[in-house]
Amino acid sequence: MSDLLKTTRLSRRQALAGLGAGAATGLIASPSIILAQTPDAIRFGHLTPRTGFLGPLGEYGVMAVDLAVEEINAAGGVNGRKLEALKEDSVNPQTASTKAERMIERDKVTCILGEISSASCLTISQVAARNKTLFVNTGGNSDALRGESCNRYMFHVEHQNSMYVKSCGRSLMAQGLVKGKKWFSLTADYAFGHDLSKVAKRFMEANGGQFAADKLVPTDATDFSALLLEIRAAKPDLVISNLAGNQITNFLKQYAEFGLTFPVAGFGFDTALAWAAGKDNFGGTWPCVWHHLIDTPGTKAFVAAFTKKYGKPPENQAWGDYMAVKIMAQSMNELKSTETAKILEHWEKGAKFDVLKGREGYFRASDHQLISEMYTITALPAAQVKNQWDLFTSSPPVPGPNEDMEVIATSGDEAVCKMS
Amino acid sequence: MLTLFIQQVLNGLLDGVYYLLIALGLSLIFSLGGIVNLAHGAFYAIGAYLTIVLAPHIGFGGAMVASPLLVALIGIVVERSLFQRFYRSDPILSLLLTFGLAMVAEQSLRMIFGAPPLSFSIPPALRGQIFIGDFIYSRYRAMLLLIAAACVLGLWFLLQRTAFGRVIRAGVQNPDMVGALGISLQPYMVAVAGIGIGLAGLAGVLLAPIYSIHPAMGQEIITPAFVVVVIGGLGSFWGVVVAALMVGLVKGITIGLGYTQWSTAVIYLMMLLVLLFRPRGLFGERIQRFE
Repeated sequence: MSDLLKTTRLSRRQALAGLGAGAATGLIASPSIILAQTPDAIRFGHLTPRTGFLGPLGEYGVMAVDLAVEEINAAGGVNGRKLEALKEDSVNPQTASTKAERMIERDKVTCILGEISSASCLTISQVAARNKTLFVNTGGNSDALRGESCNRYMFHVEHQNSMYVKSCGRSLMAQGLVKGKKWFSLTADYAFGHDLSKVAKRFMEANGGQFAADKLVPTDATDFSALLLEIRAAKPDLVISNLAGNQITNFLKQYAEFGLTFPVAGFGFDTALAWAAGKDNFGGTWPCVWHHLIDTPGTKAFVAAFTKKYGKPPENQAWGDYMAVKIMAQSMNELKSTETAKILEHWEKGAKFDVLKGREGYFRASDHQLISEMYTITALPAAQVKNQWDLFTSSPPVPGPNEDMEVIATSGDEAVCKMS
Repeated sequence: MLTLFIQQVLNGLLDGVYYLLIALGLSLIFSLGGIVNLAHGAFYAIGAYLTIVLAPHIGFGGAMVASPLLVALIGIVVERSLFQRFYRSDPILSLLLTFGLAMVAEQSLRMIFGAPPLSFSIPPALRGQIFIGDFIYSRYRAMLLLIAAACVLGLWFLLQRTAFGRVIRAGVQNPDMVGALGISLQPYMVAVAGIGIGLAGLAGVLLAPIYSIHPAMGQEIITPAFVVVVIGGLGSFWGVVVAALMVGLVKGITIGLGYTQWSTAVIYLMMLLVLLFRPRGLFGERIQRFE
């Protein structure tokens, strides 16, 4: 083997090209998954990020879709036909739009469900509107999707940023952390973060709070030590996270590591991120569109079925995708039709759905937002945690039983939707 | 404000050290074998997942020894079965190979452990903070730095002060001459792959308690590590060390000046500038076979 490396002659150019390609590994995408198609089935498309920093949440969505389809088919399907999901990784806004186009044109799906990234929601909704096909957003929070970017063919099971901010905000007001207080806010530097930060700022200013600082954090940043030093020096009354995905887990782990004790709250949240942080690191007050500890028969049945199938409880992203499939199938059965125009009209007229919470939910006609109760969760001290899932206690539903459910949603000029 | 700025600069410097363990292995494997190991991040992820599996049985200390060794073993198997076939080939082939390997590894982690991130905390004995005047640092990170520094010094000693290291350095410069002298580079390649990939595994163990553990975590760290190697220059041990510190320093200064949103972009900007003026990297040696 003395000539082992004899013929290894790289040119400088090749060597640099190689390293450059190395620096581009962020572009790795997983191959798409296409299921075998049954001829007579009712097919719908499911697009959600399964790789990248939102991938772990997307996986919950995929599991929930499989469970919902299984349950619906076991109960007789939709109008006597089997329901079939065509699931793909949406990867990024450009790929999401290409795949949506292909699902509609080649695979003739009746509608598209899914997504987490607000940026991808926007591109899919444009394809959906152009093809007059329904798109049900199950995880994109940005208010802009319900405001300036709204369209007739897009409905939102996921709740909007304003609803998250106002739910958690109520809890912060009750704790005296808003009026006259200084907030140090960390914002994910992309569409969702910017939108959330805007809504949070509006809430803070309207209620007499002010910024100690407002920092944008790159979505691929994993180390928060520098920001923790900033926070420590600023001595804020409250640290606010407008972060997203794995960022939240990294932040919580390192916040505990540096031993900072300022109260923490966030306006965007997924329970999987608390589970990933673990009982030693999870802290603060966070809003939730749904969680596995809600005490209703619907939630209990869903949690039991999900845990039986996958060996772990569902998180809120699972709820979003599960509800979307269930609502769609229920409506098609009630209408005895899969026609987009009929479903759209049915939903716009305020059809009610069991959304596994205390009160039934409905789509608001003005911006197609699903209106339902929200919750605020608070981390339990590590000593009181009994297992790896039940890391928090929950507030009662927000808004309260005697209030209109729409009080937490955008109103007036907060987000103006002109349906086209 | 000034003291906070100094704190940020200091923190940045320390930050750079995390990339070192990854970057040194990358640089070694590339210098000697001409393989750009895109799967290096995957070995880092495997190191982190092994920690989760092993720590409940043998403790974090045990996992800190066992995981890197296991990862090194996997590295050696990969070197023997795959890498060694590509030392003579067009580099594009080894790029494709390691790219594929990275995807296979990531997907395997996803199939075994699931896509949702897993939790792992700093062991209670290592929690707490160190205060130096206004500067605060976590005890765990201080330990991490000591281990990283020990690895860097150990590796330097191995490469610069032992007969083993002399052959490797000669192999980087002129493999033909090494062969002509009757020394087979094969066992050295095995050792380099084991050490380089084992170091990535060690980084995985060390960062598991403070970073989110998920199948794609390798992708998060590999890109800055490549930047460090490119800035440092091929074949230069201290080049990689200096580059890692510089990357951290520039990041720290950027954040210290208040431009958090630029903290990632700035390292690529730095790479661009270095490549414009010093295409071989800051301390890149002239390696004949790469010319």
